Amino acid sequence: MFLDQLINGITLGGIYAIVALGYTLVFGVLDIINMAHGEIFMFGAFAGMLIVSKAGAPLPVAFLGAIAVTAAMGLLLERFALRPLRGRPGASHLASLISTIGVSILLENVAHKLFGAGNHLFETPFAEISFTVGPVTIYLVQLLILLISLLLMAGLALWLSRTRAGKALRATAENLETAGLLGVDTNRMITATVVIASAMGGVAGVLVGMAFNYINNQIGLSMGLKGLAIIIFGGMGSVYGAMAGGLILGLSETFVVAYGSSGYRDAIAFVAIIVILLVKPRGLFGQAPAEARR
Amino acid sequence: MLEVRGVETYYGNIPALREISIDVPGGNVIAIIGANGAGKTTLMKTIAGVLRPRSGTVSFLGEEITGLPSHKIVRRGVALVPEGRAILSRMTVRENLEMGAFTRRDAKKALLDMDRVMERFPVLKERAGQLGGSLSGGEQQMLAIARALMSAPKLLLLDEPTLGLAPLVVADIFAIIREINAAGTTILLVEQNVKQAMKVSSYTYVLETGKIALSGPSNELLQEPRIKASYLGQA
Ligand SMILES: Nc1ncnc2c1ncn2[C@@H]1O[C@H](COP(=O)(O)OP(=O)(O)OP(=O)(O)O)[C@@H](O)[C@H]1O
Ligand SMILES: [Mg+2]
Repeated sequence: MFLDQLINGITLGGIYAIVALGYTLVFGVLDIINMAHGEIFMFGAFAGMLIVSKAGAPLPVAFLGAIAVTAAMGLLLERFALRPLRGRPGASHLASLISTIGVSILLENVAHKLFGAGNHLFETPFAEISFTVGPVTIYLVQLLILLISLLLMAGLALWLSRTRAGKALRATAENLETAGLLGVDTNRMITATVVIASAMGGVAGVLVGMAFNYINNQIGLSMGLKGLAIIIFGGMGSVYGAMAGGLILGLSETFVVAYGSSGYRDAIAFVAIIVILLVKPRGLFGQAPAEARR
Repeated sequence: MLEVRGVETYYGNIPALREISIDVPGGNVIAIIGANGAGKTTLMKTIAGVLRPRSGTVSFLGEEITGLPSHKIVRRGVALVPEGRAILSRMTVRENLEMGAFTRRDAKKALLDMDRVMERFPVLKERAGQLGGSLSGGEQQMLAIARALMSAPKLLLLDEPTLGLAPLVVADIFAIIREINAAGTTILLVEQNVKQAMKVSSYTYVLETGKIALSGPSNELLQEPRIKASYLGQA
């Protein structure tokens, strides 16, 4: 029982972490919360659903399709909702934040028009396959979710710490002007970041479909709020904070439902935020603001 | 090598530079001095492409670079060590140096240069794995200069490299400036250590409220009564 719940919790936590990473990457370079990220994630889920359930294509195709759709959405978001406001004298960060809120409302309505308000079945062909190891039962789907989210997290961490482009992204996140002086095309870097973050949202969308077997046009909002909670909890802009925060939230939700009451499930994220902010105001892995941030 | 002609840079509607023209011939160290708020940093940022001038032109090696973004200007061989150093504090010393070589295509030579820079600045070698933000002020200045050198610049722009440093470290920095110049890099130096800046440079521009108030060969200006009174604290 305990081990089962542990696996459930880690699986859920992995998904949360991927969603939160999308927020944290964008926050790192732009200093704004991308309020449209939850909706982009949702479109990833719908894209995956259409490919798997309606077209009957295999799961890898769903991932690729979801990535393509959400990456394109990220590109458009940056190009038309964020870039025009950037570097304008007098345009504060608030302007970009509100711009992403506008996009999120737009996307929510588009989703409602296209897909309605009801639940859509997300069929995975091997949903029933499971293994029993001693007292523990693991579903293949869980294993896949776990594997994919861990690979994605490890890949991102390696990319950021080892590669030229990853380092350029970190430099851009720390100080836009300095990165530019060192030769980084910061506009391109920002675009790339929003695209990568959105594509991660797309992957998370498919993972949610696999985990819950159904999706609807509310998951953007609910997952979005949890992602937000996690980055506040983990520390704004911190990649490791998003990973740790996601896992912690996934585990605590699962255990509260298992040993307490499911009614409290959605309250946990917010109780955790209040507690952590009282103890560590910058969040678990929060960094002091870099000097001379633009 | 660098020619600035009639440059005017504004912050909003407030002019910070008015009709600035300067020349930096290849191989030289040229100094810019002036009181706080005179516009020295604004001029350096305008040359490096961080700020766009409202009018006037900046040319480097005979080509106009006015208004190009900074990441394109550094590719042409102009590196700015900004005022306040701008170390990437969440990246290690080594990563800061790697970022200095970001524009370079010759990865192998860049690695050799990394070794050379580490030999020249042993502190940086010792602290290669430490976060940039954990260095002392003097060490950060060394890192900022070393990082700029990693781009193998033809022209190095130094904005108050000795600001806030102890006298011994200041002497060290001026020795490094001479060395870099002797190795073939042209330098445009903004300094408040007027005397030393004029000693290391061949020509000096004096900036006052956004205008060039005075300029001339540094050894001659050193004797100028106005300079003595305002900048060298001599009657
Ligand atoms: N970001 C800015 N916005 C508005 N005005 C600015 C800005 N930066 C500088 N200024 C103004 O422009 C003028 C020139 O500033 P600048 O920083 O170029 O002077 P400086 O010669 O480098 O001074 P210091 O010796 O203190 O570094 C000053 O009057 C300053 O107040
Ligand atoms: Mg200055």
